[in-house]
Amino acid sequence: MHLIDCPWCGPRDEAEFAYRGDATVTRPAPDAGIDAFYDYVFTRANPRGWHVEWWHHAAGCRQHVKVVRHTMTHAIAATGRATDILEVPAA
Amino acid sequence: MTGRAFRIAGGGHIDRSRTVRFRFDGKEHSGHPGDTLASALLAAGVRLVGRSFKYHRPRGIYSAGPEEPNALVEIGTGARRTPNTRMTTAEIHDGLVAESQNRWPSLRFDAMAATSVAARLLPAGFYYKTFMWPASFWEKVYEPMIRRAAGLGRAATEPDPDHYEAAHAHCDVLVVGAGAAGLAAARAAGEAGARVLLAEQDFLLGGGLLLEPAHEAWRGETLAAIIALPNVTVMPRTTVFGYYDHNMLGALERVTDHLATAPDHVPRQRSWTIRAREVVLATGADERLVAFPDNDRPGVMLAGAARAYVARFGVVPGRRVVLFTNNDAAYATADTLLAAGADSATIVDFRPFGTAAAAARARGIEVLPGSEVIGVDGGTSLYAVQVRRRGTWGSTQVPADLLCVSGGYSPAVHLASQARTPLAWDARIAAFVPGEAARQRSAGGARGVFGIGAAAHDGAAAGRAAAIATGCRVGSEFVLPGRNGDADPTVMPCWEIAAPGKAFVDLQNDVTAADIRLARQEGYEHIEHAKRYTTHTMATDQGKIGGLVGAAVLAEARGLPVEQVGIPTYRPYVTPVTWGAVAAHHVGKAFAPIRRTMLHDWHVRNGADFMEAGLWLRPGFYPQKGESPWDSVLREARAVRRAVGICDVSTLGKIDVQGKDAGVFLDRLYMNTFSTLAIGKARYGIMLREDGMVFDDGTTTRLAEDHFFVTTTTANAARVMEHMDLYAQTVWPDLDVQYCSVTDQWASMSIAGPKARSTVARAVAGLDLSNEGLPFMGVADATVAGCPVRVFRISFSGELAYEIATPAGYALAVWEAVLAAGRADGIVPYGVEALGLLRIEKGHVAGSELNGHTTARDLGLDRMAKKRGDFVGRVLAERPGLVDPGRPTFVGIRSVDPKRQVRQGAHLVEPGSFKSLGWVSSVTRSVELGDAWIGLALLTDGKARIGSRLVAAFPLKDEAVEVEIVSPHFIDPENARVRA
Repeated sequence: MHLIDCPWCGPRDEAEFAYRGDATVTRPAPDAGIDAFYDYVFTRANPRGWHVEWWHHAAGCRQHVKVVRHTMTHAIAATGRATDILEVPAA
Repeated sequence: MTGRAFRIAGGGHIDRSRTVRFRFDGKEHSGHPGDTLASALLAAGVRLVGRSFKYHRPRGIYSAGPEEPNALVEIGTGARRTPNTRMTTAEIHDGLVAESQNRWPSLRFDAMAATSVAARLLPAGFYYKTFMWPASFWEKVYEPMIRRAAGLGRAATEPDPDHYEAAHAHCDVLVVGAGAAGLAAARAAGEAGARVLLAEQDFLLGGGLLLEPAHEAWRGETLAAIIALPNVTVMPRTTVFGYYDHNMLGALERVTDHLATAPDHVPRQRSWTIRAREVVLATGADERLVAFPDNDRPGVMLAGAARAYVARFGVVPGRRVVLFTNNDAAYATADTLLAAGADSATIVDFRPFGTAAAAARARGIEVLPGSEVIGVDGGTSLYAVQVRRRGTWGSTQVPADLLCVSGGYSPAVHLASQARTPLAWDARIAAFVPGEAARQRSAGGARGVFGIGAAAHDGAAAGRAAAIATGCRVGSEFVLPGRNGDADPTVMPCWEIAAPGKAFVDLQNDVTAADIRLARQEGYEHIEHAKRYTTHTMATDQGKIGGLVGAAVLAEARGLPVEQVGIPTYRPYVTPVTWGAVAAHHVGKAFAPIRRTMLHDWHVRNGADFMEAGLWLRPGFYPQKGESPWDSVLREARAVRRAVGICDVSTLGKIDVQGKDAGVFLDRLYMNTFSTLAIGKARYGIMLREDGMVFDDGTTTRLAEDHFFVTTTTANAARVMEHMDLYAQTVWPDLDVQYCSVTDQWASMSIAGPKARSTVARAVAGLDLSNEGLPFMGVADATVAGCPVRVFRISFSGELAYEIATPAGYALAVWEAVLAAGRADGIVPYGVEALGLLRIEKGHVAGSELNGHTTARDLGLDRMAKKRGDFVGRVLAERPGLVDPGRPTFVGIRSVDPKRQVRQGAHLVEPGSFKSLGWVSSVTRSVELGDAWIGLALLTDGKARIGSRLVAAFPLKDEAVEVEIVSPHFIDPENARVRA
């Protein structure tokens, strides 16, 4: 079970969060076309390593927390608010 | 049996002044407090305690701890019968009842073993190859046969009468294991000021110290020091079974299993979720077996276990002892047994003659160096051991009733391995030891540091380092046992003795060295493959004593060193965990919360038949005396169509949305436009997912320029909130919008029917209900019985209808006032079933149609899409597959024979065809169409087929019902009634 450091609530158990996936994709402009939206919704890099992702603190403050997590070790390098830009470790 | 007592007069950790009586296989036995079932039975002279899993071979007690593979019993009776309980950890208590397992007709004579049926049925990999053909035989023949032949205990079939508890704990330092290393670690960390949890699976603290009278004073003094520390919590009978991410560990505390009678308020067991900043694993080491023929016979026992039975329990497990070892440490077993009154001891040392052998000879013990055990003589008990000088042929028979085996010790790395700690090979002890890991350290035997003194020093250092890592300062120094008495733990690897016969590597799953070689020969040469093919290490003991031996056999067959073959990954649970403890209180009524509306008690008083809608309990219908469910539903729906009805719709999701950009936000979330909605007006809206599928629907009302009131379906209320969170926070964080769920803050009721205006007019004060005053889709504030209400003129039933919402606390007063006002109009309360009937007649979509696979176009709702501007799902809803005119579209169906039921989920096919053209999403009997069966469906070329006939096929019930395809709007397609 992850322990996620919510920027508003402090370290909280994973059970309070809902995983909301890749935080690196950006919703395309409304006129960007089907392919761009298709990529936005469906295409994922599925990296083995550091990954920036959304964890929704659904049973807490209800904020989307941005989390830099390692998909192999589950280590968490950083957490932040939705609008924060977080540093991703090199490897 | 010599007739002499197996229990010695003094020593150990049992209370000889008290007697405990229990039964094993129907026979009464006695023991003392401090005994396990295993020690008490050994003291009673019992050697045969079970039959093996596959081959029904006789088995005895092999170990003295949680690593036990053989001595598994059913404990308890009736609903409390617990199978596969390890005798070696089960404390006895007065009245305990235990039964041996997997034997028929009796433990001493087993038919399966006698005929060797099982042996022929179950070769390695049997479930992959033996029973593949013919397929029909599997269920009828093979499976029942295997189930009878192979198995461990029988589970109770009645509901569990006990209750369990889940608990959380947080600490700076969790110490797992209370042997010399664990006790020293807990004391060091505790005295440094850290908050410490010390968990020990045993009921006594001390681990290997319990076998060392010379260190008893240190054990007592250390325990006293630990208990005196207010920041240290000691948890005996608590097994840490799993090591999960971010230093979360799971533990099982056995609270009452050892008690003859337990108070009702105490849970049987407690499952702990522990968050630790630092972890010290002081889990010790497991002694290994050696794979020689018949190494599973009763009378064969691990050397350390034999010593434990003497030193801790005061029981001599054998009189004439042979000790087979590849290390010095095991020599102590021979000395201990002789000191306790054993008649003879012969040490068969796998190694050439060395200093330990010389010292033993000097003490008068017979030593056979450079020798090996190649078999045993005996069936259900042992009478001799066959010993061979290594590298020679032929063997000598050494009379013995106990064969102690030590293949060396493997550190108990299970928890470290679960936490993905890399394992390194330690050639000195021929075993894997944990490497470096963050926020976790192993100490003592758990990392191959053996001997009481060495382990205690290692534990103290680990405890101190862990405390410092949590920010504590170094605490006091305390006295530790000296290292001088520690035996040299070096081993000469000894895995398998080549000789004919069944040599087991996994006793619990009956896996032999030959099975491992067979797996390799058949291509399963990776350790993980060989494991699955043979089931090696897959039993409940996870191969604690033979896992590495099997790996070594595989390594030898592959011509590789064992460290390259490795061991299979360890997984939770380290030892079995009661399922009840995992579920804890989340059973029965507490499995999920129940949501009740503010009007729930009224519904109960008025005879409602409730149905579950998500977590909600909603009135399905209100049957009157003598009414069948359908009688009731049709009566309620008829009242709505002909007079007036009232329905509790408080479960709909309600979200209050405010802010300068609230309108823009809703424009982007819904396919409709809300920013142009007039204040005091409501609009029906459709929300898509970004992939273009319909997500939810509901009405949204504008209460002020910057204030909207959104309703969602009951089922999607939470998901719509999450959807809003995602877009407001991560996609459009620049929008000025705030929102809050107000589902529970408002109660709401729908008053529907041609006489709804008459009823509402009598109930409501301060409101003009004319079409001019409150037109269709209008909203206004008023009062009912002095309570504030908001009146929405919206309709789900297709009739003239008003939805009255009131702050939750006023719900009953408003509801009863409306009922009183409607009495003259014949008002009837209606439930969810009638509501469903009415909406199907009207052709409104609901959950069955909004199932995540339908588009707005499929449902005929695409005309609601705004022409300009962005909204979620707009782009992907235009994907070619989603705009394909061949997609099934929304239609109505009616049974040609009005009395024939159509089923939800039926497929629509041409008569005689098996090609599905679509499916039936909702069905009901219709009051408007004379109680006939009607429904809604999604049908290929739906519009074009209106007027034609198809068959609604439901093969599960072998039904085929002829239906006519019609418009989904069975009533009032012009929408005149709602505007009346």
